[in-house]
Amino acid sequence: MAGWASRGDDGHVEKRTGSPPQWRTAGQQDGGRLPWPADGDVPRPEGWPDQRQLGRHDIGRRVRRLCTGGPPQRGREERLVGGVAAGLAARTGFDVTAVRTVFVVACLVGGFGAAAYVVAWLLMPADGEAGSIGGRALTDRRGIALAAGLSSLLVVVLVIGWAVGAGWISRFAWSLVVTVAGLVLIWRNADPDEQVMMRRLAGPVLGQSVGYRRSRLVWRVPVALLLLIGGLVMLLYQHQHGQPLDLLGSVLLLIAAVVVMLGPWWLRIARDLVMERQARVRAEERADMAARVHDSVLQTLALIQLRAGEPQRVIQLARAQERELRSWLFDGRAPGSLGGQDMTVAAGVRLIQQEVEAQHGVAVEAVTVGDCDLDDNLSALLAAAREATVNAVKWSGADVVSLFAEVEPAQVSVFVRDRGRGFDPGAVPDDRKGLTESVRARMARRGGAATVRSVLGEGTEVSLTMPRVAGERQPSRT
Amino acid sequence: MSASGHPVSAGGRPRVFIVDDHGLFRSGVRSELADHVQVVGEADDVQPAIAGIAESVPDVVLLDVHLPGGGGQMVVSAVKATLPQVRFLALSASDAPEDVIAVIRAGARGYVTKTISSIDLVDAVRRVAAGDAVFSPLLAGFVLDAFAAFPQADSGRPSFDPELDQLTAREREVLRLIARGYTYKEIARELSISIKTVETHVSSVLRKLQLSTRHQLTRWAAERRLT
Repeated sequence: MAGWASRGDDGHVEKRTGSPPQWRTAGQQDGGRLPWPADGDVPRPEGWPDQRQLGRHDIGRRVRRLCTGGPPQRGREERLVGGVAAGLAARTGFDVTAVRTVFVVACLVGGFGAAAYVVAWLLMPADGEAGSIGGRALTDRRGIALAAGLSSLLVVVLVIGWAVGAGWISRFAWSLVVTVAGLVLIWRNADPDEQVMMRRLAGPVLGQSVGYRRSRLVWRVPVALLLLIGGLVMLLYQHQHGQPLDLLGSVLLLIAAVVVMLGPWWLRIARDLVMERQARVRAEERADMAARVHDSVLQTLALIQLRAGEPQRVIQLARAQERELRSWLFDGRAPGSLGGQDMTVAAGVRLIQQEVEAQHGVAVEAVTVGDCDLDDNLSALLAAAREATVNAVKWSGADVVSLFAEVEPAQVSVFVRDRGRGFDPGAVPDDRKGLTESVRARMARRGGAATVRSVLGEGTEVSLTMPRVAGERQPSRT
Repeated sequence: MSASGHPVSAGGRPRVFIVDDHGLFRSGVRSELADHVQVVGEADDVQPAIAGIAESVPDVVLLDVHLPGGGGQMVVSAVKATLPQVRFLALSASDAPEDVIAVIRAGARGYVTKTISSIDLVDAVRRVAAGDAVFSPLLAGFVLDAFAAFPQADSGRPSFDPELDQLTAREREVLRLIARGYTYKEIARELSISIKTVETHVSSVLRKLQLSTRHQLTRWAAERRLT
């Protein structure tokens, strides 16, 4: 029978985007410790290196990682411009900010950073894509022509500048040429998604952004130009006469020009980043909430439909659910959470028994052998056991469900058995997520295992095992 | 425990005596079992029970663990002295381990919870009447827990009788399956042994439970009182 399912079509399982984990889980799990980590234990997508595996100073090994496992990919999620720094950070395990700083500093050294960044942008494929922009640019004849034209124009300007007397310009020459040519190719060959992003980034500079107040740009451009010219004039002047005070003043003027020109743009990038993160956090909260609502409210509603003929029972169910919802919304106690900090396996099993019996009116015969404190893994085990018990109660049609938990030195196992109608595990539709998501995935994430044995007409047994963290041996009851 | 074609004691219908302080429960059991057993008497407390059992000499006494005048084990020990052939099946609603262990140690041949279905209860009565042991999942769990998997845990003190103080691996396996809700028949199939062998293992566990002098048992039960 196709019933073993409960996480139905609420579609709560949103695609979790992979991002380095440090900002994501930290506050969430420590703030309110939830003994059942319902779905908070998101697996890290493959490919993300585990930063904790490497020591802070293990630079050699980090850099070596760059050379293994194919080209690094540009990160879509954390990107500021092209995602190059984010991609390199993800691959090597360095902090994104550190990588970005290196690029910026390298920009000051002959513009090397900018050139390197653009080249990397061309060569690194975006996260989840096969080809790089550079690969596509090879076939873009017009783009190449444009890049070559612009570069040559730039070379001419530089030569003129050098001839006029600004010899220092030539130090930036080659990286400037590479950067401009590369940007042209990227601009023309990036995928639509990235082009939208680039247009948004470049908008304020080019004055063509949607909904952007042009009037502001109108005064900003002349002011910036004035400052720029003033600064350059002073710089060139002092270059000939060599007065340190003027040097400082001219540099300040140049910086002011850049700030006036680009300041709003930076602000916007920062704001966009913050908003993007908030959106992601919200999406995760929604997924978590969906899982909790599924485990509580949706289950109760399903029960109420089943027992529509028994007004007393319906009232009782509704009351219990109301209490639970209230304590969730107003006291912040998650549904199904175990109150105290020092919860144990036996107490958790008893709680499952009480809750399921109260909610579903089916007897649960709970037996526990041994006991130990709950850690995150064991909480996940109990959460899975609870889901398996609820499934058995709801779908098997049996009067009694056996719930057996045994704490052994090396592992904790839980068996949920009913002598109900049984089902064919292969015939459960994919969209029914109760067993797959709540039980199997939950166990797998934590290094445990779940097996389901069911015979049509004879019943079902779900076996769950979770290895215990070493060194936590509970003294035996002597 | 479900029906498994177990041989019924002499006369086809075992003679049963019910000891329970709840009149409703007694009449409920009486009517539910009426077709399968012969209820020869009932009592609501320790003294009337001892007198009634001595008078009617039943095959099986269904004995509530909790009685107003004392624990069910008092009935067991009093009757054992004079009528060793009478067998006891303990029933309880509370599942308090120390009571259950006490009544088993006093000599009851099995323990079931009051939530048991009448078919299973009839089966359990027949099994006890035939001299076998009846373990509910809960009792199996208790025993596994009491004979915990750390045999050296008695702080170095030598056991009085190692044979009685430890369960064999097979017995442990059988108990584990009982705790998981398996019937004897299902256990036999799972372990590829005969039902008779399963019964032998359970009886052997019962013997150890009753005869072991392991102080761990009593201390374990006392500890459990708190939970």
